[in-house]
Amino acid sequence: MEMERQNDLNLKATELRLGLPGSDEQPEKRNNKRASSEMDNSSDGEKGDQECAPPTKTQVVGWPPIRSYRKNVIHAKKTEADAAGMYVKVSMDGAPYLRKVDLKVYKSYPELLKALQNMFKCTIGVYSEREGYNGSEFAPTYEDKDGDWMLVGDVPWEMFSTSCKRLRIMKGSEAKGLGCL
Amino acid sequence: MMNYFPDEVLEHVFDFLESHRDRNAVSLVCQSWYRVERFSREKVFIGNCYAISPERVIARFPRVRSLTLKGKPHFADFNLVPSDWGGFVLPWIEAMARSGVNLEELRLKRMVVSDESLELLARSFPNLRSLVLVSCEGFTTDGLAAIASNCRFLTELDLQENEVEDRRGQWLSCFPDSCTSLVSLNFACLKGEVNLAALERLVARNHNLRSLRLNHAVPLDALQKILMQAPQLVDLGTGSYVHDPDSDTYNKLKSAVQKCTSIRSLSGFLDVAPRCLPAIYPICLNLTSLNLSYASLIHNSELIKLIHHCSQLQRLWILDCIGDKGLGVVASTCKELQELRVFPSDIHGVGSAAVTEEGLVAISAGCPKLNSILYFCQQMTNAALITVAKNCPNFIRFRLCTLNPTIPDPVTMQPLDEGFGAIVQSCKGLKRLSLSGLLTDQVFLYIGMYAEQLEMLSVAFAGDSDKGMLYVLNGCKKLKKLEIRDSPFGNVALLADVGKYETMRSLWMSSCEVTLGACKTLAKKMPRLNVEVINENDLIDASSDDRQKVEKMYLYRTLVGPREDAPEFVWTL
Repeated sequence: MEMERQNDLNLKATELRLGLPGSDEQPEKRNNKRASSEMDNSSDGEKGDQECAPPTKTQVVGWPPIRSYRKNVIHAKKTEADAAGMYVKVSMDGAPYLRKVDLKVYKSYPELLKALQNMFKCTIGVYSEREGYNGSEFAPTYEDKDGDWMLVGDVPWEMFSTSCKRLRIMKGSEAKGLGCL
Repeated sequence: MMNYFPDEVLEHVFDFLESHRDRNAVSLVCQSWYRVERFSREKVFIGNCYAISPERVIARFPRVRSLTLKGKPHFADFNLVPSDWGGFVLPWIEAMARSGVNLEELRLKRMVVSDESLELLARSFPNLRSLVLVSCEGFTTDGLAAIASNCRFLTELDLQENEVEDRRGQWLSCFPDSCTSLVSLNFACLKGEVNLAALERLVARNHNLRSLRLNHAVPLDALQKILMQAPQLVDLGTGSYVHDPDSDTYNKLKSAVQKCTSIRSLSGFLDVAPRCLPAIYPICLNLTSLNLSYASLIHNSELIKLIHHCSQLQRLWILDCIGDKGLGVVASTCKELQELRVFPSDIHGVGSAAVTEEGLVAISAGCPKLNSILYFCQQMTNAALITVAKNCPNFIRFRLCTLNPTIPDPVTMQPLDEGFGAIVQSCKGLKRLSLSGLLTDQVFLYIGMYAEQLEMLSVAFAGDSDKGMLYVLNGCKKLKKLEIRDSPFGNVALLADVGKYETMRSLWMSSCEVTLGACKTLAKKMPRLNVEVINENDLIDASSDDRQKVEKMYLYRTLVGPREDAPEFVWTL
């Protein structure tokens, strides 16, 4: 019985896969900074997710060892936040009226941008850290918690979705200013 | 020689003994010391409520004024112990009431406390000053109302992480107007509404209040009014910390906080608007203890801004969304840090928010006084643990929890044996250790060899054979509590040294290789142990096969034999 367990563990350890054992993260992520923009990673990540799903920690009873009280508090807050939705107004330069999107529904920038492009029948183009959305017809911007207008795509998705108060799709010509600092 | 001292002198000398262990030791010296000690002991600590009966405790210590009781085994915290297992406080309260004990202080951990118990407690002990309940369950706010109404000299009501049913009564309003003795009030774990006006009046008339922890139902404007009435607070737990930072209320809060120059400990922030955090910056410099482990809505960057102000911290409880970089800031700011706990913020996901070995190494390098750590992390390496061991030889408590319980060192693909080995070798005062990650028998060899002061060890998904467990049982002379789950230890290890278990408080083994037959053998050999077999799926009875593996086994030394309140699925052999 013990021998089997050992072999089992060894097999998993030598299995050829992209990530570290026990996760499907890219090796770069261990440095705690994004090697390339999140936009690029997430489109690759989608494929990766299908190949090696993250370990299902919830299957082990009592692991990680956290008191039920603490687990319940975290869970309650999560479900509260999930239920509430995160609707933000979206305006587009030249459009007669605003729309609203629920940021909770999207897990990444590509998903959000695809939805926005569908909603407003426009092309937003591809993000790059250096150029912003230069060359595209439109550039997505957002107002953050501090009231500043930021370019969509610079920060990790989680940070964006929790700090975004509203969205504005700017005309490419206006947005050029944001791209070159 | 000592027999010629009158009892009063001995008693006076014993007064200087603070710990119950010291008192236990002196009581063993001779008959007269035993006698003097037992009549003078006022604080009694019972680490396992089933090790002794209340009647015998009262008989030996008739002057007991303060009682501490612990009930369920530690793994009950993680849902490994069925909820009806036991740990009832009622028999203790009944016995003390019957015997006319002058109880002033009751502290309970992991016990089942009914409203009936609380009502009896409140009625029977007019001098009750202090009630502390930690991780208990079984009571409602009605029970709290009984305490509030009847305990005229109450100084401390401290409820930590209990499961309390809310009855929508007005328990807080039950404190009479004559109640002015409160020093400590903690109801942070209560889920329901409280009468805010009653709370404000209560705070206003209790001028000795030093510690106040509110629940999430107390909004920020109420907090502001409370702080105006209680600038003398030393320990504050906020309720809901959400408001418009541009409002008048928020400005009033800012000035109220500035007057609270005695606050040394801060917690709460269950609901938090990060833009309101700057209000607390003025008191951060004085903080020695900060608990943000429920504040999942505070972003990494705001956390770091806050930490920058907290240079005097000795204790920090935080969520892993602080990240390795954030821990680096802690390391460079909090040079007085002694205890750090990093909790997981996302138990279900892959955890991009999680911390790694980098954060732990940074802390160990920056905080020379670190002696206690609880660290939930994505991964750990042997190299990191070896560095940590070198940087921090003073660990008393070292608890590491990798989110994947059997993850190896991701750099070398090796088990974490060497890393933990370095910890036990370097930290000669280590009393408590929790292991995780891929581990073989080797780590237990190290523990047995080096962990001479170890009192409590937690093991999960570790080891290869009985040898592992044997190394620990043979080597750790001061071991008091051993808890093991999902590890390949079996009958040979269990039965090798049965006398060892009488030197320990308890042993827990679940999802291991121990069989019913071995448990029976052990129980037969050791009448002063209760060997409990807990099988929920396959009830044990006379016809059960001895070769059957037990799901869970909990054994503990006891002077009073099998308990009578065990449920059906618990079989004391």
